[in-house]
Amino acid sequence: MTEYVYKKVGSIVFGVLSPMIIKKMSATKIVTPELYDKEGYPVDGGLMDVRMGVIDPGLKCKTCGGKLKECMGHFGYIELARPAIHVKYVDTVYDLLRYTCKSCGRIYADEEKIRIHKLAIEEKTKTEKYIAVKREYEEFASSLKTIKKCPYCQAKKVELKLEKPVSFYEEDQKLTPIEIKTRLEKISDADLELIGINPAFARPEWFVLTMLPVPPVTVRPSITLDTGERSEDDLTHKLSDIVRINQRLFENINAGAPEVIVEDLWELLQYHIMTYFDNDIAQVPPARHRSGQPLKTLTDRIKSKEGRFRYNLAGKRVNYAARTVISPDPKIKLGEVGIPIVVAMDLTIPETVNSWNFAKLKEYVQRGPKEYPGANYVIRPDGTKKQITDETKEQLLGELAEGFIVERHLIDGDISIFNRQPSLHRMSIMCHKVRVLPGNSFRVSPAVCFPYNADFDGDEMNLHIPQTEEARTEAEVLMSVRKHLITPKDGSNVIGCIEDAIVGCYLLTKELTLTKEEAIQLLISIGVDDSEKFSKLKDKVTGKEVFSVLLPDDFDFVGESKNDEEVIVKKGKLIEGVVDKNTIGSEGGSMIRSLYVTYKEAGFEITEKIFRLGIAVLLKNGFTTSISDTDITEKLKNEIEEILTEAEKKAKRYIKQFEDGELTPIHGRTIEETIELKIIEALTEARNDVGKLIAKSIPEKNNSALVMARSGARGKILNLAQMAGCVGQQALRGQRINTGYKKRALSMFEDNEMSPEAKGWIKNGYKRGLKPYEYFFHCLTGRDSLMDTALRTPKSGYLYRRISNALQDLRVEYDETVRDANRSIVQFKYGEDSIDVSKSENGTIDVEKIVKEVAKL
Amino acid sequence: MADLFEQYEVFIPKPVLDRAKTLTKQYKLSEKDTKSVLDKIKTTYEDMKIAPGEAIGIVTAESFGEPGTQMILRSFHFAGASEMKVTMGLPRLIEIFDARKNPSTPVMEVYLQKKYSQSPTQVKEIAARIKETKLEEVASEFLLNIIENNVEVKLARKKMTEFNLSSKDIADIIVANLKNVTVDQDRDSLIIKSTIKEIKLSELYKLKEKSKEIHISGVKGIARVLPMKVEEEYIIYCVGSNLKDMLEIEEIDAARTRTNDVAEIGDVLGVEAARQAIVDEILKVIGEQGLNIDIRHIMLLADAMTATGEIKGVTRSGITQEKESVLAKASFETPIPHLVDASLTGEVDQLSSVIENVMLNQPVPLGTGLPGLMAKMKPKVEK
Repeated sequence: MTEYVYKKVGSIVFGVLSPMIIKKMSATKIVTPELYDKEGYPVDGGLMDVRMGVIDPGLKCKTCGGKLKECMGHFGYIELARPAIHVKYVDTVYDLLRYTCKSCGRIYADEEKIRIHKLAIEEKTKTEKYIAVKREYEEFASSLKTIKKCPYCQAKKVELKLEKPVSFYEEDQKLTPIEIKTRLEKISDADLELIGINPAFARPEWFVLTMLPVPPVTVRPSITLDTGERSEDDLTHKLSDIVRINQRLFENINAGAPEVIVEDLWELLQYHIMTYFDNDIAQVPPARHRSGQPLKTLTDRIKSKEGRFRYNLAGKRVNYAARTVISPDPKIKLGEVGIPIVVAMDLTIPETVNSWNFAKLKEYVQRGPKEYPGANYVIRPDGTKKQITDETKEQLLGELAEGFIVERHLIDGDISIFNRQPSLHRMSIMCHKVRVLPGNSFRVSPAVCFPYNADFDGDEMNLHIPQTEEARTEAEVLMSVRKHLITPKDGSNVIGCIEDAIVGCYLLTKELTLTKEEAIQLLISIGVDDSEKFSKLKDKVTGKEVFSVLLPDDFDFVGESKNDEEVIVKKGKLIEGVVDKNTIGSEGGSMIRSLYVTYKEAGFEITEKIFRLGIAVLLKNGFTTSISDTDITEKLKNEIEEILTEAEKKAKRYIKQFEDGELTPIHGRTIEETIELKIIEALTEARNDVGKLIAKSIPEKNNSALVMARSGARGKILNLAQMAGCVGQQALRGQRINTGYKKRALSMFEDNEMSPEAKGWIKNGYKRGLKPYEYFFHCLTGRDSLMDTALRTPKSGYLYRRISNALQDLRVEYDETVRDANRSIVQFKYGEDSIDVSKSENGTIDVEKIVKEVAKL
Repeated sequence: MADLFEQYEVFIPKPVLDRAKTLTKQYKLSEKDTKSVLDKIKTTYEDMKIAPGEAIGIVTAESFGEPGTQMILRSFHFAGASEMKVTMGLPRLIEIFDARKNPSTPVMEVYLQKKYSQSPTQVKEIAARIKETKLEEVASEFLLNIIENNVEVKLARKKMTEFNLSSKDIADIIVANLKNVTVDQDRDSLIIKSTIKEIKLSELYKLKEKSKEIHISGVKGIARVLPMKVEEEYIIYCVGSNLKDMLEIEEIDAARTRTNDVAEIGDVLGVEAARQAIVDEILKVIGEQGLNIDIRHIMLLADAMTATGEIKGVTRSGITQEKESVLAKASFETPIPHLVDASLTGEVDQLSSVIENVMLNQPVPLGTGLPGLMAKMKPKVEK
């Protein structure tokens, strides 16, 4: 069994490993570049030495005796024949060498300067943020650069140059790492502290490596290929390079080889150690595989999106999760999610056996993993986990008693967390109750599509099952759909009616009248059985009255519909207006928000009913759209034609004026801009006129496309006009299509032609079809907007990452202040009034409503 | 009545209370009714209050991130004329968050005091005075004399009279602005000579280009001016921004004159003004895009950017740099330099912020991760 450590990490200290510590923490010294012997067993003193941990099943670690997965691995070390500089610390080494005296090792600052600096540091640590202290150290250090003479031994400063990456030159004389090390050793602890280096954690001589720690084998496991061949990790490759050169260097030194050879090998050793730490240093050729692909060494493991920090530490992988395609289910509740049986039988919830659920859980175990609802595992009180199989079932049933934990299948009503990427806001992860359904996809109510920004063209979503009671409670209390009807972004509602539901309610409240029987049947079908309200219905029921049945009796509301008409609800009765997107839609549905603010979670239920009512209406009456919705009469066609030719004539007149030099420029514009503007204006106006004409002339009766546009469910009148009438001017970056260098956009036009057609005017509608050049211009703007989207997504994603990183620690304290992780105050009162936007109506208190309520108006 | 409102000052935010005051007066409510109105407002307000521990920073980030995906990438807003274009949309938003020193399109709206803002001729005159005039504009030609090694500037008399300048004035200005030069007058032209002997041709060319840019009159940095009638008065739109010098012009209404350069506002008017400028600029961008973000989020971001007393960008060298935690900095960008730095000083990460605790699988100090439970243990009773 795994051992758990129930302790909290209080703090983490960073520091540099000293050669002594490296040796102490090591299990073995690495002396040979060989990895395995002839039998394929790891060589002692090689890089895969079993004392550094095991990666083969069956072997045992020689240090701790643990088997695979038990032993976490142990470090080893390489003793370097000659020291090498750590690339990541060269800048610090360079600074230290410049700030201190070559002969006496003291820092280039006299007693007085040190005294002032110490005082400043003391002062700043007490009063200011850590960054100010850091800056003080930096300032002090850089002030030492200009000093030319040691204030202690009076020795003159010798100019030192750093040639990247790691070579130091003093008056054209190269310093060896050994010399650098001796110089660094001379610097006293007290002096180091002055420039902000803590000698307890980082003695400068440690930056020149004499011991190289070798990470455990478990950190760089080798992979066995299908052919039985072993493929080593990149780190192992790099380390074996180091060991090989190091051994050769040892041999050569011992054999008394000429200095040139030793120097060359030393240089090579330095290169390998450098690339072992970082394989993309400027001016250093990266170490490569035989195939030419660069090795992934230590820094590559840490940095970037796929590195340790962002990939493994800031992002976690979890169990008890499922992912599949989503599909719509208008009958499912808003707060539910339909889960396929196969998924429900795989995901489990641990339930502890007690006297109340004993019988039920026993049944689950009896049914086992293959039958739904069953159970997959039983955990004994001693912690041993047993899979339920046909063989173990009998025994497990026998011993099942209180205190056992049964991991049972999901059943209706269990808590789950549902999520769709990209998780742009908190409504992208909400808590739904489980509803197990046949089929293979997650079933979602169309009403929650908006907050998830989901559609059903193949979208997939993730589902998580919280495993502990605390997690379940938190999910249910804080994350449930009903808590997230209003977005904290601007206080508008994200859950409301969409598409069919809007059209249904729109038609119902606008024109439908039902018999009492029909009305009651409709309401019963959506789960409303308020017999008291039913009894009040007359024989002929208007749609408005049917809609009013859903509203509470004391609900008052005044709002505006899409076409600026008032929608009035008084005492729970819709007395005037037609509901549409502006009142019941998602995002800015004022009635939905008012219901939620007034009745809290009961308002959520009402929203759900309104949604279902809309769909039920359409289900009963039928609703469809077809190409004939864009049919227009011959007369209308002529009228449109007239508008368009008139606009074109107008444009031609402007061009004529321009050519004759009679056009007067608009204030602040050149004459060329003026003509462009005037033409654009004339053409846009023509298209808008066509739109208005179509909206006016096509009867709403029997035209579903128009109903959809009017109610705000889908599409705009403009889309209809583009289909039936004219597509209009194609604008690229706020201008007509540019002619570019060749004086014309297409070869069919004349040079510098200014006519509407030559610069992107599309006279035809989609239904009639575009001419080839019109189609080309249409594609042009289409491509531009496609590019815009493709370029915008990563930009805004990065912006979001930056903001969330900067602000993630800000929280509201118990005293209503907003503070960051250091507990320094950012705001004295959140938003200056401590109002939570998601609990408010548009971020304000509706005083007028309260006053009216009291005044009984 | 007045005392009644005073009593509630502690419980209700001021603007709400003021609104209640006017409305109760309007509806002529009795004192008793007024009290019940205020009580109702109080309970509503209490209900709306934010919960302690709420991760409001993340909520703000989300509120910006989500509409960010809907913003138009390349968008210019024209203030009157095409040369007066202003960056808007996502690029502008990024620019504000970066706290860049120089915006890509600096623009000023100069308001005038009432007595100057009515007549168009007067406004035009002021506008002409504001606009920066460079030597280039009062000269008709710049010549490089390679043989004599000098730069000859042919002056445009007409322009000079317009600005009321004599060639001597210009010569003085040139001497004051360029280093190591002497200026000789020669009829309609000025000869700029370098005092450095054997000047290289490239340097001479540089001198010529430099002399073109010499500031003659007007407000430095104001490249274009455009007087426009807005409602009842004329205002001057300016391309380029120089708040400090602009405020010194007498006719200007300093209280309403503004620039879109946040850093400049910070320098001239202080950090509080800069904070408000950030809020205003963000509101402008969002409004122009037809989006809506609650002002509280914008204020929080502006406050976070200016809380230290300087304007910090939402970048790795800005707000993130201020964090104490090594792991929080390392997990954002450039992890290795941060780790190396931390190792030198033996830095201690107190694990007080969110990301480190995520790394260690520990409860984060936000929301429900914040409170701890203390159990009052009863002594064990032996049975």
